[in-house]
Amino acid sequence: MDLRLKALTKSPWVFHISTGSCNNCDIELIDVLTPRYDAERFGIVLVGSIKHADVLMVTGSMNRKCIPLVKDLYQQAPKPILVIALGTCSCGRGIFRDSYNCPVNVDDVIPVDVYVPGCPPKPEAIIAGIVKGIEKLK
Amino acid sequence: MNFYFFRDFFFSCVWEVFYPLDRKVTARIQYRVGPPWYQSFADLLKLFGKETLIPKNSSVTMFMLAPFLGMSALLVSGFILYKINLFNMPGFLGDLIVMVYLFTIPSLSLILGGFASSNPLSSLGSSREIKLLLGYELPFMLAILVPVIQTGSIRFSEIIQFQIEHGAVLYSISGSLAFIAVLLSVQAKMGLVPFDVAEAETEILSGPLTEYSGPLLGIFKLNKMLMFSILPLFVLSCFWGGFGNVNPLINILKFLTIVVIFTLIRNTNPRLRVDQALRFFWFKLSVISSIAVILALGGM
Repeated sequence: MDLRLKALTKSPWVFHISTGSCNNCDIELIDVLTPRYDAERFGIVLVGSIKHADVLMVTGSMNRKCIPLVKDLYQQAPKPILVIALGTCSCGRGIFRDSYNCPVNVDDVIPVDVYVPGCPPKPEAIIAGIVKGIEKLK
Repeated sequence: MNFYFFRDFFFSCVWEVFYPLDRKVTARIQYRVGPPWYQSFADLLKLFGKETLIPKNSSVTMFMLAPFLGMSALLVSGFILYKINLFNMPGFLGDLIVMVYLFTIPSLSLILGGFASSNPLSSLGSSREIKLLLGYELPFMLAILVPVIQTGSIRFSEIIQFQIEHGAVLYSISGSLAFIAVLLSVQAKMGLVPFDVAEAETEILSGPLTEYSGPLLGIFKLNKMLMFSILPLFVLSCFWGGFGNVNPLINILKFLTIVVIFTLIRNTNPRLRVDQALRFFWFKLSVISSIAVILALGGM
């Protein structure tokens, strides 16, 4: 296997964007970093800038205002980038499927690699999702 | 260029293995397991394999050059320090002053990189870094005067030799006061937590590093690792007799003590605002350093 890819699997840095979520998935994502789950064991770190990221974590049901923003962010991210849709809303709009403000799914805007369903998904599921995404990169 | 040059260069570079200790100790303080020992190297390797993005309106030359500026200054200072400490090189007259100059260049490279990247948050981070630089340089310089006054030399090898013969500077009253001042200013020099206003992740993304990606970001991370191995040795040489002890185990233990002190300060303090940091450096730490200088002149 490529050495660069191997290093990437050892230190996935996560950038997190909320596209109109109810904050529950965001809270669960912060849970992953607490001492109980300790995602830094796998090198997972939350970063502040998209330019540093290896994983783009999208939560929420993608409302109208967020569509151009998410497109922009995806283009700004240094490749290879892994996109994870976190929570039922970003996997398939959930209960907001018929809402006037949620016209499209996340995967209509940017290519999604991994879907992590759940409302909200458990921290174990989030870690499993990132690990599966990395497996996919291999 | 001969064999010895490469051997010494290798030794001076390889000391950054102490950097992962910082993250491991941090994790243990927070009751976590923490990352594996090779984590920092995996991060670097990954960053070197990623795409480099250059912002549209940036000044490209400065943007690309800034990280290498900091790295070259750090490598030169690390080379001099480790050659004096590990291989008993006599050094040259005034290498202490050269070192103090070289240690400002990593901060300058961060400032240049931030301003060159044409991002409002980067510029904000850079301006914060300038203010911090103005703040910590004064107590730092004053505190470095104390070993100079006590040993009567501006040459590292003579400072270390004096401390081997007459006991470390740290064990006097003025020396211990200056040691505290130097520890805190070096903490700000490395951009660690109570003074990480420039890179405040929760306020301004990553400050000057916001627009950096891939290898260039990797070089900045490498600078940080290098600083974590070079600056403790600088403090050690000035105040605690360097690697002058006959027993290498005691030398390494002294080095690790200083590294762990930095990590402990980092983990037990919240971030200061930039005005609080300036007030701390100018009106508290500078006073302590000045008192230390006066005591040293009085021979205490």
